[in-house]
Amino acid sequence: MNQSFLKYLRIAVSLIFFIATLSLFIDIHELIPTEFTESIIYFQFVPSFIKTFGLLSFTVSGFIIVIVLTALFGRVYCSSICPLGTLQDFLIRLSKKFRFKKKYVYLKPQTLLQNIFLGLFLISLFTGSLLAVNLLDPYSNFGRIAAGFFNPIISLFNNLIVFILESFEIYSLYPVTLGGYTLFGFLFVLSFSSLLIWLSLFHGRLYCNTICPVGTLLGYISKLSFMKIRIDDTNCTGCGICEIKCKGSCIDSDNKYVDHSRCVSCFNCLTVCPSHGIIYSSRIPKKLNLEEKNKTDYDKRNFIGSLLIFSIGLSSILKAQEKIKVFVKNKIKVIRENPITPPGAVSNEGFTEKCTACHLCVSKCPTKVLQPSFLEYGFIGMLQPRMDNFNGFCNYECTICGEVCPTGAIEPVILEEKKLIQIGKAKFIKDNCIVFTQKTDCGACAEHCPTKAVKMLYDEVEKVVAPKIDDKICIGCGACEYACPTQPYKAIYVEANTVHAKAEKPSEEPMEEVILEEFPF
Amino acid sequence: MKRRDFLQKSISAGLIAGASLKLTGINSLFANSINSLEKDYDLVAIKGGEADAMFDKAISEFGGMKKFIKPNQTVVLKPNIGWDVIPENAANTNPKLVSRIIKHCFDAGAKEVYVFDHTCDEWTRCYSNSGIEKAVKDAGGTIVPGHSESYYQAVEIKDGKSLKTTKVHELIMESDVFINVPVLKSHGGARITISMKNLMGVVWDRGYWHRNDLHQCIADYVPFRKPDLNIVDAYAVMKRNGPRGVSKSDVVQMKSQIISTDIVAADAAAAKLFGFEPENVEYIRLAGEANYGQMDLSKLNISRLSI
Repeated sequence: MNQSFLKYLRIAVSLIFFIATLSLFIDIHELIPTEFTESIIYFQFVPSFIKTFGLLSFTVSGFIIVIVLTALFGRVYCSSICPLGTLQDFLIRLSKKFRFKKKYVYLKPQTLLQNIFLGLFLISLFTGSLLAVNLLDPYSNFGRIAAGFFNPIISLFNNLIVFILESFEIYSLYPVTLGGYTLFGFLFVLSFSSLLIWLSLFHGRLYCNTICPVGTLLGYISKLSFMKIRIDDTNCTGCGICEIKCKGSCIDSDNKYVDHSRCVSCFNCLTVCPSHGIIYSSRIPKKLNLEEKNKTDYDKRNFIGSLLIFSIGLSSILKAQEKIKVFVKNKIKVIRENPITPPGAVSNEGFTEKCTACHLCVSKCPTKVLQPSFLEYGFIGMLQPRMDNFNGFCNYECTICGEVCPTGAIEPVILEEKKLIQIGKAKFIKDNCIVFTQKTDCGACAEHCPTKAVKMLYDEVEKVVAPKIDDKICIGCGACEYACPTQPYKAIYVEANTVHAKAEKPSEEPMEEVILEEFPF
Repeated sequence: MKRRDFLQKSISAGLIAGASLKLTGINSLFANSINSLEKDYDLVAIKGGEADAMFDKAISEFGGMKKFIKPNQTVVLKPNIGWDVIPENAANTNPKLVSRIIKHCFDAGAKEVYVFDHTCDEWTRCYSNSGIEKAVKDAGGTIVPGHSESYYQAVEIKDGKSLKTTKVHELIMESDVFINVPVLKSHGGARITISMKNLMGVVWDRGYWHRNDLHQCIADYVPFRKPDLNIVDAYAVMKRNGPRGVSKSDVVQMKSQIISTDIVAADAAAAKLFGFEPENVEYIRLAGEANYGQMDLSKLNISRLSI
């Protein structure tokens, strides 16, 4: 039977997942309702895994389906569902077109390396310090590329079109503000993309088969999968074309051996084989390959060894933590003790244990207050988003980040609840405030405050109208800090609650009714 | 040269465009001189009705919209759309009023009515939750963004004491008619916000104003491009916690409206309505002293109406 259709099926499915996932990150005009996010990211292995155990709910357990799929069909996740995999397929296609890589040859598996990465990943996952998860998770890496590269490109393109349209008085499309791109975030994406481009252009799916911990993990399962790529001795002529075309470099045509742990089920071999010598089936062809048996033990030993090595080494690297500098008026610099997490994150600890830094929230945040961090959460929290009040402030009427977060690091909260979540508290630096330094009215902070935790009140001593903060109703949204016009440092800023608290509801005493008999003029 | 002009001129046939521009220029000059002769009232105050019905009556008392708009002119409307709150909270201009003004503009022959604000909260949410985006679209107007610096052009403020230059939205300079539609409400920094304070939404860098004597900057900006008409929405008035407000408990129903061609007079009258003496609101005093308008209401010809 001709099984070429499997390849085309794979391409179709992968395009659907790729386009759907990418569109979440480049949705600059907020066209996709946030309810769709969960279904689009449902099958992404790492977010679904973290969310399942974070919420202890199995309604979000796409990863279990992925495991079942892998046990049945091999690593179809890697070839169809994983957006980073599809991105690499695009690059591999380019490489074919421009003939960077003419043929692949069978490579020996880098089992030790694979297990080191997997070990790091698992330790990171189970100890709650997600650095390795964040650096290695394919979905999150794709997210960062989409948020840090595709999103700005689409935004710039949009703005160019707007520029032209507006010259003709057409205002129906609007320019978008570019934001959410920090230098560090950009450099990270740049170096990761360079590695990915180099690997895929010249070595096919080497990233997936050597570095990616999800790939390695699924590889262990796919070894035992029900359906497999198998070489049929009776039909195989030993021409070796399958090996040449195998972007996983996992077919050894000389020994008629397929390394199923590294096969990503792309089915390219099925379409090129001239003699039905390679098939995708559940039947074991006549001659059983003995090599497979011997390899398993090796893997286990390496795996356990590397786990040990890294659990010892890791803990020492993770201590370094940088404090954030708040821009406060020339004279006084204030050190913000902790980074602020978005409402729904519950606590900094809980957040950093669940966030894989995929930057979907960064892409979606309408005010761009969510920004990738550098070392604010410490080394282990690198790239996890924080509230950057210099860039924006948390919109009072918005709960988008929690609605889209695929790992549950930011839990979804209803709006009324969110309006009372205190993520931090405003702090006032009198000596930086215009009202005191310039003796002129200002009030930008109080103007923006949605709960009136910051109020302008007459200061009897200094004879000025100055901001006063009511901690009880402050929610830490950062509107005051963002609006504060002092330079170069702010006169009001938000200090994080490392564990979110509940603010009191602002009072709603009714006003006296006014009856206007006559105009007072 | 503005980028729009540049592109337009390079694309459209230069001669025809030039000629038609000249014509409208002469027309509007001519129109203005007639207006000043016909002017009866300096200020119309009205109370007791719905915002749109009050406007119908007040503008006809003022001589109708045709007095301000000639056929084929472009109009820019600047309501307050600063905040992501619902209309009941009265932090933004009443959408029914905005919609009715647009209708009058088109009835007077306006070619296009543009509406924008440089918002404080995230702008797409302000536009939609204020109800103004829908009101504008339903009335056939064009809602224009104001959130990108590219819309703003640097201008000089000639007699400015604190404000020497600022960046102003291109529509303010390009439109033939400028109608200011503030909402009257309390304000933490400026005490109250009305017509003059509403003009902070047509400039880009408000922080500069706050840093450099807010009241002086508000007054300094007034003569740059005075609105042809100020329509103060005092239907629902936020009496405390302004300019954003916390809830609709901050609001009282005053069911009033003040319209005037004189921005200082409009603010002086609205301040009194709110319960403040105009001279105690520093920017009104500064603008009055600089003769940017008449702060002394006794010197004005005022029509007071009720529905």
